[in-house]
Amino acid sequence: MLAHEFMRNAYLAGSFVAVACGLVGYFVVLRSQVFAGDALSHIAFTGALAAAAAGIDIRLGLFVATVAVAMGMGLLGDRARPDDVVIGSVFAWVLGLGALFLSIFTNGSSGENGTAAVRVLFGSILGLSAADARLAAVIGALACLALLAIARPLLFGSLDPEVARGLGLPLRAIGVGFLAVLAIVAAEATQAVGALLLLGLLAAPGGAARLLTDNPWRGLALSAALALASMWGGLALSYAIPSVPASFAVIALASGLLALAALRSWSRPDLPGAPGRVTAVSRIEA
Amino acid sequence: MHIELAALSPNLLSDFEQLTEYPFMVQALEAGTIVAVMAGAIGWFMVLRRQTFAGHTLSMIAFPGAAGATLVGLPLALGYFGACGMGALILAVVSRPAGVGRAGESAAIGTVQAFGLGLGFLFVTLYSGQLANLETLLFGTFLGITAAQVKTLFWIALAGLALLAVIGRPLLFASVDGAVARAAGVPTGAVALVFLLLLGLAVAATAEITGALLVFALLVTPAGTAQQITARPARGLVLSVGLALLVTWLGLAIAYFSPYPLGFWVTSLSFGFYVAVRLLLGPRARPAPAPLGTPA
Repeated sequence: MLAHEFMRNAYLAGSFVAVACGLVGYFVVLRSQVFAGDALSHIAFTGALAAAAAGIDIRLGLFVATVAVAMGMGLLGDRARPDDVVIGSVFAWVLGLGALFLSIFTNGSSGENGTAAVRVLFGSILGLSAADARLAAVIGALACLALLAIARPLLFGSLDPEVARGLGLPLRAIGVGFLAVLAIVAAEATQAVGALLLLGLLAAPGGAARLLTDNPWRGLALSAALALASMWGGLALSYAIPSVPASFAVIALASGLLALAALRSWSRPDLPGAPGRVTAVSRIEA
Repeated sequence: MHIELAALSPNLLSDFEQLTEYPFMVQALEAGTIVAVMAGAIGWFMVLRRQTFAGHTLSMIAFPGAAGATLVGLPLALGYFGACGMGALILAVVSRPAGVGRAGESAAIGTVQAFGLGLGFLFVTLYSGQLANLETLLFGTFLGITAAQVKTLFWIALAGLALLAVIGRPLLFASVDGAVARAAGVPTGAVALVFLLLLGLAVAATAEITGALLVFALLVTPAGTAQQITARPARGLVLSVGLALLVTWLGLAIAYFSPYPLGFWVTSLSFGFYVAVRLLLGPRARPAPAPLGTPA
């Protein structure tokens, strides 16, 4: 399998994207910002199509759109956690804009443009060139480093905002910084699994890790490991069965892992995440 | 998509005549009206119950339903309604109060959504027909709505709204104050399940016209605008339905005369109203929403 260059590229880019998604996703779940991640993933779609319609590099549109909207959400929202009606209204409109750019783009020229939209929506990890894959790996690694740099205060601020504020942590800045990292990871993952499916790679490993352990550092590592396992397994599966798209295989594995984790915690009420069990994390949520 | 663009004249009456000249446009207006009434009413409750994310997930699940129906050769409507009904049941299971807390719940909902979309993509890939179809499934089309479709939509909307009227009072009670409602003997669990099924119904009906990705423009934005203006249930519901109707009619009319897609116009109009109302009234009009981290 690794004899093919496109598979090597896919594994290189996919590994870094998966680890970044797993790390960021754990915080997304912990901070109840899954809906914000959802919105950013749709904005990635519009940004990419706007760039395509204007004839510039799709990646530029991806990064500019997600980071700009994330900063806006962070600055507008109360304690950098925007209201879900605001998010919903904004991204309904952003999707409408996406439909507009799509129609301009597909009417503007012929043939292969239709597949460009599909690539943005559902990913094209098997079509990355070696240079693309290297760039994706570097950006993924940088996002991981940025997140780990703010991980300590971010974790503190997510778990116990009152005490963290009392100790003088700049929670607002941390919240906005986190949304910026989330935006970069979302734009990055769009190239691998597509704008519509990246939410699965953010939410499923993080959700499963939350169910499996109470220790936030172990949870963070577990989330990254689960995301990486889904990515490797999904790529192998899609190679073995060519009619199964890679992005679907990755998301299906990640969803399966979350389902297994949920089953385990439902059947064993003494374990973390089970209903009624009070933990450091669940206490904060209540 | 348009073969020949209609010309807009300054005479509004002749524009209207031009608009209703073709049966496909009349049927689109009829279907749009039915869908807007249902989405406006059910969306109002969705925003009140803070189930925006669940509603969005249901609308995404409409896509694999339609793609799966195309793959096995069933009617599209069956795919939409089947998938959304099943999605509502799954969401009811994962969002039980005895579940894993709000953070765990939204992770589960998000995963259901991504998995559903992935499944839809798999179906489209397996079908390997023209991918132009994909764009229609995701972004909708108002061309080619048949009279039979309008009739089906009408009866579905009637049944849905009748059910909403029956559970309206307990639903309102349970949505505003779940704990008190439960103490007063309202079966909040059953009410929540019926509401999710109704939401699925509304989403499936809307998705047939606006496409899976743009259902939200009719469900959340008019309702959010209405709740900015008034907190009173009766007025809010009427306002929400009225706004949904207005953006649908205006959107259809503009889309008819312009080369750009319906979804763009409907989302832009409803978002424009939302922003205008927020700017005019300020955020004070709505009771301060609980931060996302607290249980609803």
